[in-house]
Amino acid sequence: MVDAVEAEGLVKVYGSGEGEVRALDGLDLRVAEGTVVGLLGPNGAGKTTTIKVLTTLLVPDAGSARVRGTDVLRDPGGVRSTIGVSGQYAAVDEYLTGFENLDMVGRLYHLGSGAAKERARELLEQFDLADAADRQVKGYSGGMRRRLDLAGALVARPPVLFLDEPTTGLDPRSRLGMWKVIDDLVKGGTTLLLTTQYLEEADQLADRIAVIDHGRVIAEGTADDLKEQVGGERVEVVVEDAASLGSAREALAGLGRGEAVVDERSRRLTVPVSGGASVLVEAVRRLDDAGVGVSDLGLRRPTLDDVFLTLTGRATEEPDDSDGATRETQEVAG
Amino acid sequence: MTSLAHTAADAVTVTRRNLIKIRRVPDLLVFTTLQPIMFVLLFAYVFGGAIGEQNTGIDYKEFLIAGIFAQTVVFGSTFTGFSLAEDLQKGFIDRFRTLPMSPAAVLLGRTASDVVNNLISLLVMGLSGLVVGWRIRSNPLDALGGFLLLLLFAYAVSWIMALVGLLVRTPEVVNNAAFIVIFPLTFIANTFVSPETLPGPLRTFAYWNPVSSVTQAARELFGNTNPQFPPPDVWPLQHPVVYSLLWSAAVLLVFVPLSVRQYQRTTSR
Ligand SMILES: Nc1ncnc2c1ncn2[C@@H]1O[C@H](COP(=O)(O)OP(=O)(O)O)[C@@H](O)[C@H]1O
Ligand SMILES: [Mg+2]
Repeated sequence: MVDAVEAEGLVKVYGSGEGEVRALDGLDLRVAEGTVVGLLGPNGAGKTTTIKVLTTLLVPDAGSARVRGTDVLRDPGGVRSTIGVSGQYAAVDEYLTGFENLDMVGRLYHLGSGAAKERARELLEQFDLADAADRQVKGYSGGMRRRLDLAGALVARPPVLFLDEPTTGLDPRSRLGMWKVIDDLVKGGTTLLLTTQYLEEADQLADRIAVIDHGRVIAEGTADDLKEQVGGERVEVVVEDAASLGSAREALAGLGRGEAVVDERSRRLTVPVSGGASVLVEAVRRLDDAGVGVSDLGLRRPTLDDVFLTLTGRATEEPDDSDGATRETQEVAG
Repeated sequence: MTSLAHTAADAVTVTRRNLIKIRRVPDLLVFTTLQPIMFVLLFAYVFGGAIGEQNTGIDYKEFLIAGIFAQTVVFGSTFTGFSLAEDLQKGFIDRFRTLPMSPAAVLLGRTASDVVNNLISLLVMGLSGLVVGWRIRSNPLDALGGFLLLLLFAYAVSWIMALVGLLVRTPEVVNNAAFIVIFPLTFIANTFVSPETLPGPLRTFAYWNPVSSVTQAARELFGNTNPQFPPPDVWPLQHPVVYSLLWSAAVLLVFVPLSVRQYQRTTSR
């Protein structure tokens, strides 16, 4: 089958000299027709730059890309008429109503004024915005703006869709709502490339995941493939007294599928496991029997940080761009 | 030519969006209109007495209005750069650029709606001018020509501002940068004083400044000049309409393609 999106050796360098940033450093990517690929990576990995190149917003310094066989550099106009794009920040006009925003996009797709209006109403209905249709967007919540922005990307029923961090900044409820919307969409056969900082999100929505770091894809596969590499779930124990870390380790030996990792400073012990809650119960029993005082105990699912730690041997947090986004990853996915 | 038709249709769509915004954010309109009224009043009553008739042969208020018109529409054109920078910052330009629409349409729509802005300012200033004693002493057709020339010149300046907005990308910075350039441009001219009163190099600048020729042309077309006091004997002020048209055409010729090209390569950070 033909790939809907193909990119080879994409390079994009911002700035020059000392302040040069290699945002893309030989990125290869493929999205098969009718599938969903999640581009997973921490802040600054090059996700937005990739989306911008593929959606004709940015000309790469090297490499080539095609969307449904149309070359992004040679025929950007051709690409634009087959794609829908929702950028990292919702590009909706505050002072227009939801309806006016979509109607405008429909007209710019040259649907004609009647069809543009009809399509706008239809999308507002589909995205649960019908009640707010004639209110100005400045009164919309973050989740509503995001949905409206996504609706804008769908006006012309594009066969290929690009979504850049569609749920970043949303509260957990809006995030779930967004997942449902996207899920329904891809059931209809739309090809989707989405970026995210959340492994859980990629897991939920994507058929395949490409992990990106420093402008390159460093791992690729299904969510299960990745979790397999990372070691899946783990039990995490924080003991009351660092001195009992040794006995805790002994007590939990053989519980999981691998070596326990001990962090003395935070008095934390992590054991990769499989089996979910029942393993957790077993862990509690063993620790209790061994008389180890526990201040915190839990089952943790792998996060982007775990994937990273495993793939690169370092945490996602970079000294140069350590803003809130990566920390949020742990809270949400942890 | 369907592509021309598309460009026109897209530009109309973008213009409509911009005009809705002007209507829904009344502060914008209030400031667009209050500032010129304030200028008319300040100059007419605060400076008017001190500056007097100078060597113009007409009442200062009458002399002043065309100058304030010119200054205001040139300032009004900075709104083009401000708004484009804002759209760029908010990711709106990105959205437009991923649509299969004409690359010129966003800029055409922006500059067109800013003409409407300027038209409103001109109306409000005209009315306040009438209140303080300004009169059109020519015929309606000439007067209309005067207004059209002011709007055309401002339209050309809008395209310079479009390029500035797309390059600078921060709305506030666009405004500050524009003020630094436009203040001297509109003051070192014949807008508020007779250019002969200016010291040497400033006088030469004022003579060749297109803001002077636009102002002179408007004065003549409104009938706000005294034939006993002809303008300085320099070509631009002797042929103000032609000189203003040439300037406007030259600016458009250079800045329309530059701005469209910049639009096609720009993207939010
Ligand atoms: N316009 C720009 N100018 C300079 N550097 C940039 C620009 N855009 C992005 N970068 C840098 O390029 C790298 C990749 O950015 P980006 O693609 O936005 O990453 P992500 O979307 O994964 O967070 C980062 O180091 C970022 O700081
Ligand atoms: Mg990004």
